Order: sequence, then C-alpha cells, then structure tokens
Amino acid sequence: MDRFLRESAAVAEVELIKLVRDPTEIFSRAVQPVLWLVVFGQVLAHVHGIYTGEVGYLAFITPGILAQSVLFSAIFYGIAVIWERDLGVVHKLLVSPARRSSLVFGKAVSAGFRGLVQAAVIYLLALVMHITIRQEPHAIFGVLAGVLLGSALFSTFSLIIACIVKTRERFMGIGQLLTMPMFFASNAIYPLDLMPGWLRTVAQINPLTYLVDALRGLMIVGGESVHGYAVDFTVLLVVFVVLVMVAVRLYPTLVE
Amino acid sequence: MNTTARSKGFAVQATELTRRFGNLTAVNHIDLAIPYGEIFGLLGANGAGKSTLIKMLTTLLAPTSGNAEVGGFDILKSPSEVRGRIGYVPQLLSADGALTGYENLLLSAKLYGLPRAERGVRIGEALNFMGLTDSARKLVKTYSGGMIRRLELAQAMLHRPAILFLDEPTIGLDPLARHSVWDRLRDLRRDYGMTVLITTHDMEEAEALCDEVAILHAGRVAVVGKPPELRTRLGAGASMDDVFAHYAGGGIREGGDFSNAVQTRQTARRLG
Repeated sequence: MDRFLRESAAVAEVELIKLVRDPTEIFSRAVQPVLWLVVFGQVLAHVHGIYTGEVGYLAFITPGILAQSVLFSAIFYGIAVIWERDLGVVHKLLVSPARRSSLVFGKAVSAGFRGLVQAAVIYLLALVMHITIRQEPHAIFGVLAGVLLGSALFSTFSLIIACIVKTRERFMGIGQLLTMPMFFASNAIYPLDLMPGWLRTVAQINPLTYLVDALRGLMIVGGESVHGYAVDFTVLLVVFVVLVMVAVRLYPTLVE
Repeated sequence: MNTTARSKGFAVQATELTRRFGNLTAVNHIDLAIPYGEIFGLLGANGAGKSTLIKMLTTLLAPTSGNAEVGGFDILKSPSEVRGRIGYVPQLLSADGALTGYENLLLSAKLYGLPRAERGVRIGEALNFMGLTDSARKLVKTYSGGMIRRLELAQAMLHRPAILFLDEPTIGLDPLARHSVWDRLRDLRRDYGMTVLITTHDMEEAEALCDEVAILHAGRVAVVGKPPELRTRLGAGASMDDVFAHYAGGGIREGGDFSNAVQTRQTARRLG
C-alpha cells in the first residue's frame, strides 16, 4: 500500500508541476463555463422556461456547469495520454517496476487536481454573479471532494478510450461524440422530473447525474440532493474503482 | 546457438520466442543467448522484428509462444523482477520536455523505488556521468538531441540495472553526439559491468560498438557472431555493409511500414 501511494504520488506530482508551469489549458477550459452561465443561464433564467422550484434557474445550473466543465476537461485527458504514448513516455513508465495501478491512479489524481481549478473558477464566477453559494467549510469540502472524484472518474474513462482507439484523430471524434450526449442526458441543466421516461432512464445510469446531484446539494443555498449524498458518492466511487480496474488492464496495451 | 541458449549465466536467453500480429509473424522462433557484460547488437532492416523482440524482452509485449529469461527471471512468470533489473531507452524520445532534467531523473528514481536518502547521490552521479550536471535545472525541451539521449541513458542507469536495452539509440543524432553516446555506453559497461543490448541498422555503429551482433531477417536470426568474424567469413575485404546485405536477404530489402517511417522521422526531427 505504501509503495502504491508513493508511486502514485510521484506520477501525480510531475503532472502538477507541468500544470503549474503551463496553466494555459486550464484557463482556456474556463471560458466555456463562463459562456454557459453568463449567456445561456441568464437567458433561460429570464424566460422562466424551466421550473426549478425554490432555487432560481441560474443557481440551479451552477453545479451542473461545474460538473460539465469537470467532464469536458477530464474527457480529453486521453489526448495527453496518446501524446505521451507517441513520445515514448508511456513505454518508459511501463518498463519501470512501478505497479500499473499506481500509474493509472496517479494520473487520475492529477486530473482530479485539474478539476479543482475549474471549481475555483465557478465559485468566483458565482460570487460575481451574486448566485447564493453555501459557504460552510464542510459544504465546500464536499464540493471539492466531489469534483476530485468526478475528474478522476472521467479522466480514467478517457484513458480507457485512449487505450482502445490509440490515435489522436479517432480520439477527437469519439470524445466529441461522448461529451454532449453525456451532458444532455444528465440533470446538469434541467431536473430529472422534466425528462421523458427513456431519457430519465439514461440519466439514471449516467455517472454525471450523481456528480451534479451531490454538487447541487452541497454548493447552492436551498439546493437539494435528490438521491442523497451517500448514494451519489457511493455510485461515483464504485464506478471509479471499476474504471481503474479496467484501465489497469488496458494501459499496457497502449505500447503493443 | 541452441546449445549455448540452454547453458546458464546469460543476461538474456530467449527460446523459440515468437510474436504474431494477425497473419504477420514479426518474430519467428528466435533463440538468443547474450552473455553478461557484452554489448550486443540486434541488426536488421525496418520490419525485421528488432523492436518487437526488444518489446518482448522488456515485458512490454507478451510473446505468442516461446519464452525468455532476462537477468535470470522469466519474462512471463516474473515480469516485475525483470523490470527491476533492466533499463530501457525506447527509440521514441521518452524524456519529458516539460520537466527539467533533474525532475525527469527524480521521477525515475521514485518509480524504481530508490530510497529517499540515496536519490540525491544517485541522480548527481548519473548527471555527472552523462555530462549533464550544468543543465540539470533546465527544461528538457531546451536540450540538444544528444543531451536528451544522454539524459535518457542517465534515467535508464539510475537504478544500476544489470541489462540496458536501447532501441536505435543514435538515430537522428549528428556524428559528434553519436560518438558521445557510444562513449557513454562503453563507460557504463566498464564502470558498472552492464550488459547492453542495442538495435540498429547502422553498420558503422555495429562495428564500432558491439562485441557481438545478430542479424535479423523476416523475424528470424539469420546469423550471430562478432563483427570481424562475420566479415572474415564472407571473404577478404568484406565490410559490415556486405555482411548485412548478405544475411538480410540478398541486398538491402525495403522493409517497414508507413507508421515505422513516420516514427523514425519524428524521432529524427525531434532530436535534430
């Protein structure tokens, strides 16, 4: 266990060093949530087209947009993995005696930290837009834990896709194909109750729904977790563990 | 070859090692025995099976059939033990350009489980050995091609492996950088007793560096021997190019596929 944590920390640490040294990507990824909240959110809030109960529409979608930006930045993580494969970095990692599980987990943790930057951007934006945000430390801690877990989950999913498609071109196509349906078939920008039955079923098996649900309760004043935090976090954790197990098997096939 | 392959005490010992990709047999029943302390060259045209063989010996790729022992451990039964005893420099550039030389080495030290107390000393030693001490804190993307290769060698030697695998170590390097890599490899053998296995299709490199070579052709070992012996066997005045042309299938055969060519050119461009 000690060795697993040490190796994972080593992998995560270099990713963080790179991120701090060149944060361009993080900031460019922050543009999209700004558009969703400032443009889309404000327009829809104005027309009162979607009933979101006590909570205003803008507050309702704020956790949804955070979850979306977590998904969007994590899902393209596979591109970096393919790039590393093309460079030979993956070969070198895999020839080391470090456990495959440490390599995969270390990458997931570093993606998780990328997600935290997204969370910081959304919190700032929410403050500027006077969206009523919960400020209790345990609620903020819960949001950060959810974002960390969600980023790790979706980046590991992305790693699995990268291992299957192996080229950047194919990955770009599949990445685009997956993100939008995952986003729209979730509770990010409208409640589950408004969905037709089939879409609600899809949303119920979409991990993004559980991330949004947890964030909605933890992030905004008057927000509520429909499934309950225990269910939300358990689903996310179980899906993450399963994905890590699959990725550990597939990661070595990247260099074959 | 088979009799030697069965005797004890080899750094690398492959028996009937085979790898198929669909209908293509990239490596076809290869037997190989490389004594400890040798610099051994795997020669062959693109597509002859060199990289596939090296991937199997370094546990990156499972054989379809056959087996091998590397550093005294079975590549199938004990891949972790094998990985702890080898160093590997892929043909592609594996040093991370967004990190400094020191950070690249630190990552390797941690992944190879070097104790914290020893890391600093070993990294300092490796940097000094490869002549990179002054550039240790610079980002690797500012390094020259030869410096990157030397850094990769430093990473591969950090845990004092018994065997170093190098896939086309000097591809794309200018003559000066090439000679400096050769010198370092000889020093590694002399100072640390490392066995070095390189793949190359550069006959000058084979002649200058290798104690013994195996020429691969279409996934099989066409011949094994010391370069001077192979030349003599072919006749007075024969060069290594002649030897290669003779055993690699009657003239330099066009080999490799599109991705092979792209990969080689990319590496050459990044090093240049």
